[in-house]
Amino acid sequence: MDLVIIKYNAGNIQSVLYALERIGVNAVVTDDVEQIQRAGKVIFPGVGEASSAMRYLKEHKLDTVIKNLQQPVLGICLGMQLMCAYSEENDTTCLGIFDEHVKKFTPKTGDLKVPQIGWNNIFNLKTKLFSDLPENSYCYFVHGYYAALGEHTIATADYVQPYSCALHKDNFYGVQFHPEKSAKAGELILKNFLSL
Amino acid sequence: MLCKRIIPCLDIKDGRTVKGTNFVNLRDAGDPVELGALYAQQGADELVFLDITATVEKRKTLRELVNRIAHHINIPFTVGGGISSVDDVSALLQNGADKISVNTAAFKNPQLIQELSKEFGSQCVVLAIDTRKEEDGEWYVYLNGGRTKTEARCFDWAKQAVDLGAGEILLTSMNHDGTKQGFALDITRQLATQLPVPVIASGGGGTMEHFVDVFEQSQADAALAASIFHFKEIAIPDLKGYLQGKNIDIRPV
Repeated sequence: MDLVIIKYNAGNIQSVLYALERIGVNAVVTDDVEQIQRAGKVIFPGVGEASSAMRYLKEHKLDTVIKNLQQPVLGICLGMQLMCAYSEENDTTCLGIFDEHVKKFTPKTGDLKVPQIGWNNIFNLKTKLFSDLPENSYCYFVHGYYAALGEHTIATADYVQPYSCALHKDNFYGVQFHPEKSAKAGELILKNFLSL
Repeated sequence: MLCKRIIPCLDIKDGRTVKGTNFVNLRDAGDPVELGALYAQQGADELVFLDITATVEKRKTLRELVNRIAHHINIPFTVGGGISSVDDVSALLQNGADKISVNTAAFKNPQLIQELSKEFGSQCVVLAIDTRKEEDGEWYVYLNGGRTKTEARCFDWAKQAVDLGAGEILLTSMNHDGTKQGFALDITRQLATQLPVPVIASGGGGTMEHFVDVFEQSQADAALAASIFHFKEIAIPDLKGYLQGKNIDIRPV
C-alpha cells in the first residue's frame, strides 16, 4: 500500500519522510494528482504561512484533490490548519474539511511567547490515532496560530487557553504538533495512523 | 504546560564534536551523530549543531552530516555555522534540519534575517549572539566565534533581529562559557523578559542548580550546555529529575 506525502511549498517535508524511514516505512513525496488519489494513505505536512500555501494548493488544483480524498489523511501542523475552515493568518479561507477556525495566540500577559515553541502535554485523547498513548504525553509544537476547540477535537493542549491539538472527521485527521519530531510519542502516533 | 527545554550543543569541527574553554583549547568529544542520538534517547528536548570552523575558514556547514543526523534523530535540531544566504538555509532544511542559526553574517547583513524569515518562517530562524560583558558593564556583541568585538550592545542587536523576523535567540555569554560557574543571569533575564521570542541561555552551566537559576531567575525558555553532557559530568535524566523536583515544567524522560 502506497504512502504519499503531498509535496507543496511548505517546509518540513523531508523531516516527515525521514521519520517514516526511521520506523521502517517508505513514502513517496509527490504533487502528482493521480499518485495522491491512488495512495493508500496520505500525509499532508507543512510549516509556513497559510495564505501562500493555500494559493499554491489552488494553483496546482490540490485543494479540490485533498478535500475529496477517501483514504486516511493526516495533516501535520500547517497541514492541519489548512484543513480547517478559515485561518486568521492573512485572512485565509482554507479547505473547510473541519469547521474549526484557526486564530492567532494572543496572550494576556507577557510571560507567554508567540509562537509557542517546545514540548507540551496533550490530553483528552480520542480515536485510534492515539491508541496506547498515555494521557498527557508530550509532543513538540511550533506554531503561532491554533485551532479552537470544536466538535472535531480529538486531543487538547493548553497554551494561552485550551485548544485543539488534533482534529478528526471521517477519513481526515490533523495534528498541530510534529509527530515526526516528538520522539517516541510521535513515532507511536505515526504508527497508529499507518495502521488505521 | 509548555516545558522548559534542555538542549545539548554539539560544536562540530572537521566532522567531530569538540569542546573548549572560552572558545579555545578544543578537545575531541566524539561522533556527532552517535552523541546526538544518545542525547535524544536520554531525553534531550532539542539539539544544536554548530559548525564552529565554518565562518572562519569560509566553509559551508557539512550538509551530509546534517542529513545523517536527520536520519537518526527523532527530536528537533538546529544547525549553525557559516550560514550566509537563503540558498545555504534551503540546502540545510532540505537535508532535514528543523531550524538554522545565523550569527556573524546576520550582523553584517541584517537583511538576511528578514529574507530568511520571509522565505522559511520565523520559527526556523534562530539568531545566535556571542556576547561579552566589558569593564564598562555593558554587554557587547562579538563575531567570528568570539574573535571580533563590535560596538553593538547585545540587547539592541537582539531587539533589532527580532523586529526583522528572528524567531528565537541563542544567547552565549563568553564570560561564562566553559567556566561552569553558572549562566549569565542578568543579560539572559533582560532578553527573556523583554523580547517576545524564546531565549536559549548558553554558557556556564556547570551544576544542576545553575539550570534552576537560569529558568527561575532569568526566565530562560531553554538552557543549552555542552561539556557537562559530553564529558558525562551531568546526565540528562538526572538533570531533568532534579528540575522536576524543583517544580520546573520539564518533559519527563
